[in-house]
Amino acid sequence: MSAAVLELTAAAAAAAIRAGELDATELFELYRARAAADELNAFTWVADQPPASVAAGAPLAGVPLGVKDLFCTENVPSQSGSRILEGYRPPYTATVVRQLEAAGAPLLGKTNQDEFAMGSSNENSAYGPVLNPWDRARVPGGSSGGSAAAVAAGLVPWALGTDTGGSIRQPAAFSGIVGLKPTYGACSRYGMIAFASSLDQAGPLTRDVTDAALLLRHMVGHDPNDSTSLAFPGEIDLPSRHDLRGVRLGVPEELIGAEGGIEPGVRERFDAAIALAEGLGATVSPCTLPHAPHALSAYYIIAPAEASANLSRFDGVRYGLRVAGDADLTTMYSRTRAQGFGAEVKRRIMLGTYALSSGYYDAYYGTAQRVRTRIAQDFRAAFDQVDFIVTPTAPSVAFELGAKSHDPLAMYLNDYCTVPMSLAGIPAISIPCGLSEGLPVGLQLAGPAFSESRLLDAAYALELAIGFDGSPARTGGGGA
Amino acid sequence: MLERDQVAHVARLARLELTEDEADRMAAELSKVLDHIEAIRSLDLEGVEPTSHVVDVVNALRADTPHQSLDPAVALAQAPEPTAAGFGVPSPGAAAE
Amino acid sequence: MSASVEYEPVIGLEIHVQLKTRTKMFCGCELSFGDPPNVHTCPRCLGLPGTLPVINAQAVHYGIMIGLALGCEIAPRSQFHRKNYFYPDLPKGYQISQYDVPLCSSGQLGDVRIHRVHLEEDAAKLVHAGASGRIHSADRSAVDFNRSGTPLAEIVTEPDLHSADDAREWLNLLRTTLRAIGVSDVNMEEGSLRCDANVSVRPVGSTELGTKTELKNMNSFRFLAQGIKAEVDRQVDLLRSGRPVLQETLHFDPASGRLTSMRSKEEAHDYRYFPEPDLVPLVATDEMLEAARAALPELPQARAERFLTRFGLSDERSRELAFRPELADFFESAVEAGEGAEPQAIANWMQALVERLADGADPAESPLEPRSFAALVRMVSDRTVSRDAGREVLDILLREDGSRATIVEREGLGALSADEGGLAGIVAAALAADPDAAAQVRAGNMKAMGPLVGYVMRETKGRADGGEINRLVREQLGI
Ligand SMILES: [Mg+2]
Ligand SMILES: [Zn+2]
Repeated sequence: MSAAVLELTAAAAAAAIRAGELDATELFELYRARAAADELNAFTWVADQPPASVAAGAPLAGVPLGVKDLFCTENVPSQSGSRILEGYRPPYTATVVRQLEAAGAPLLGKTNQDEFAMGSSNENSAYGPVLNPWDRARVPGGSSGGSAAAVAAGLVPWALGTDTGGSIRQPAAFSGIVGLKPTYGACSRYGMIAFASSLDQAGPLTRDVTDAALLLRHMVGHDPNDSTSLAFPGEIDLPSRHDLRGVRLGVPEELIGAEGGIEPGVRERFDAAIALAEGLGATVSPCTLPHAPHALSAYYIIAPAEASANLSRFDGVRYGLRVAGDADLTTMYSRTRAQGFGAEVKRRIMLGTYALSSGYYDAYYGTAQRVRTRIAQDFRAAFDQVDFIVTPTAPSVAFELGAKSHDPLAMYLNDYCTVPMSLAGIPAISIPCGLSEGLPVGLQLAGPAFSESRLLDAAYALELAIGFDGSPARTGGGGA
Repeated sequence: MLERDQVAHVARLARLELTEDEADRMAAELSKVLDHIEAIRSLDLEGVEPTSHVVDVVNALRADTPHQSLDPAVALAQAPEPTAAGFGVPSPGAAAE
Repeated sequence: MSASVEYEPVIGLEIHVQLKTRTKMFCGCELSFGDPPNVHTCPRCLGLPGTLPVINAQAVHYGIMIGLALGCEIAPRSQFHRKNYFYPDLPKGYQISQYDVPLCSSGQLGDVRIHRVHLEEDAAKLVHAGASGRIHSADRSAVDFNRSGTPLAEIVTEPDLHSADDAREWLNLLRTTLRAIGVSDVNMEEGSLRCDANVSVRPVGSTELGTKTELKNMNSFRFLAQGIKAEVDRQVDLLRSGRPVLQETLHFDPASGRLTSMRSKEEAHDYRYFPEPDLVPLVATDEMLEAARAALPELPQARAERFLTRFGLSDERSRELAFRPELADFFESAVEAGEGAEPQAIANWMQALVERLADGADPAESPLEPRSFAALVRMVSDRTVSRDAGREVLDILLREDGSRATIVEREGLGALSADEGGLAGIVAAALAADPDAAAQVRAGNMKAMGPLVGYVMRETKGRADGGEINRLVREQLGI
């Protein structure tokens, strides 16, 4: 029975539970055993027992959920991949996790991630790197790498991630699953340990587009605890479209050109997906995002600047690590933070502190914010011409562990195609569009703010046409 | 691009103790990133408003209604140095030298 | 070289006022003073990871009220920034404060222009060893987060003050104004009003500003004046001896009266302000402005002007009364009591009243009734009783007036006269109760009339006519 159950998507499992064909507790136990036997280092904590009960008729029916470590979960370790928060158990639960629990998706485990969500490979976790279930010598992408690997390996039916500059979409692409970054403000950030406040968004990592829609449906909504959250207009529809007739797709020249460094194998899969889209009735045309080549620079000013302030609270006073000895206050701070933070986090704190410091604010932060305005304008102009913008999600397939960890800039270039949407605050989804060198390639679709339902619909039609076989989900990974 | 003493200054601002090696590496790595980032400074952004929020919301306000505060024991539960008077720290005035 | 030059102080004030909301600026914890440590905290005001601020609407309302009371322009759209620095009393490592666009700007109170008024959150309280018996090691401190996130309005003046006494007097006007509009307790001892001063001096006649220093920790009105005086003297001495004033922050020690430099070995502050991404802009809507306007009572300054024009009080007397709302209220009650006393005479007698009360006490909380007070003033004006006797009557009334059941209360509130029997009986009782005074009056010492009148006033709760008392005393003493 267990092999067949593992084949079910989350939506199918929920339907089976509701129909009385599957027991929610058995399903939880099946996945709990797999997560506990995790060989990918995808989990940093796994529940030791199933939930006491799941409300009968809850829409998500008890299908268990993986949650990225940086979501605060009451009395459950929430460490954001950092040593400075080792063993930290918050006294409250993040809004989206509460919403999903209320909708019937209990917490199965906390998933590994790059420290404070800073990274594109999951090698920046204080709890060790996550392995890619397609090839354990490779990274799963980051920073939501634990969630992506766990879903791809079938260790959990679905999972929550966060995306600041591509941290849901890129690991989804590297792991051969679906990842969606919602419109900024669609999901509450309350209880998400912040990386870059004006960019961070929670989103689903799932086996298919329908699961993404179903999970997202219960994540969105205005939260009075988050001043930047918005009421979602209407409900997230489950996708149903089988064709793309009348859909206009734009391919931004700036993102697929030489500067993005897109690998030939990725480009091939991308072109094939575009051809399929045309076959489904879409019209595909080039479009332009003139400032997109500068997005990465703006992002690597804005995100570290915000992060440098967000991470100031880790000072060894109220929680987390303290390195003290007989030190005075300033030394206590500096040592605690020096030992508590990893190299990449320190790099970004330094970069952000520098960019905000006296005499440099206008040159860096002020300029980056103006570039951000231009990028948002570029997208608005583009969406006058096309419905969605399509690009490869990442320029390459999953790379080998250690391949880029000593070259920050090369690592940052992973985000070349995902960062512009983050700066503009618009929704974007990555779906698998085939294999290159035996590894998954991601296709990114982006739409205007709050176009999630249409975006999911288009992604669904493409997903059907592509017919990607996510086989590691059933065979790799855990002990089953 | 970024001098060693600048790195030291920024590290002090950020309360990060860096070893000599780290400071050297940091200067080199940050310089490389900053070189890449420099390009945006040549853009013509005359008259462009800065964007700090993409959300179109103003006045997210809450009513002045009290909530249940935490039990002090819960507040202090994760503290490295809990004391009866609160969260213990080295006195700001007390120098180590 | 410039020993003969006269110097003029130039002073600006920066005032932090704790707003009297029920809850904190960005979370729902209740405000408190003097509670056990850390009983008013939550994930937000402890700066726990993942928490976000949400602005308290009442704090914004109070901020706009302050702006309007100080004649400021209210920004149509303002924003919060993060002010970054590390300190144990600052849980997030940054203070959320308004920076380049404050809620209010360009106002005026009295002779002093208001540069800006902005909203921010207060820091927690750092308890040092010694201050608390519960910290045992001298090099340890403890943080109590009860105060963390208390809403503050920071009011910054232009450098329009030119003496320590002016600064003190103006701060009193500000305090009175803020107290009158009900936005704060404005208590310096409890820290709900905190004042720093920027001080420089310049040669009289010069319009250039000298190098300024910032004075902190002057936690009473007296210390404020003392601190500024000391600093002005220090700067003048420096300049007279040809040495420069250094720009620095100074800490006033009330015990020694000395100012010590707070310059540390640390690098100069670099607060790295940037727009707070967890908050959205604040837009002062017409409804918000209207609500703030409607909530404003008559302001002390306007009240003083009214006393001046309507009652013909002197400028000084008007302000003395109007700037202390409790005195102004008592004064107006006495004027309205219908005893026929002149407002100017009542205002003059308010001085005698204040002298007899504890510092800052509210006369409404003394046994004295405004009506008795007005009646007494009229009797003195009528020369029914002498000035000296009037003072004695006032002493008696302050001890006993209205403090126990009176004949008037038993007999109803109608005016008493000899015809009704009551008053003659009370006068007789007065003479019997104080035979000394009776004998002195009989011997022609009219000063001794005071205690007798006081007795009657007290028993009649001020309802007896002064002339009538006088007549009855004389009649009964046969003089
Ligand atoms: Mg301030
Ligand atoms: Zn609180």
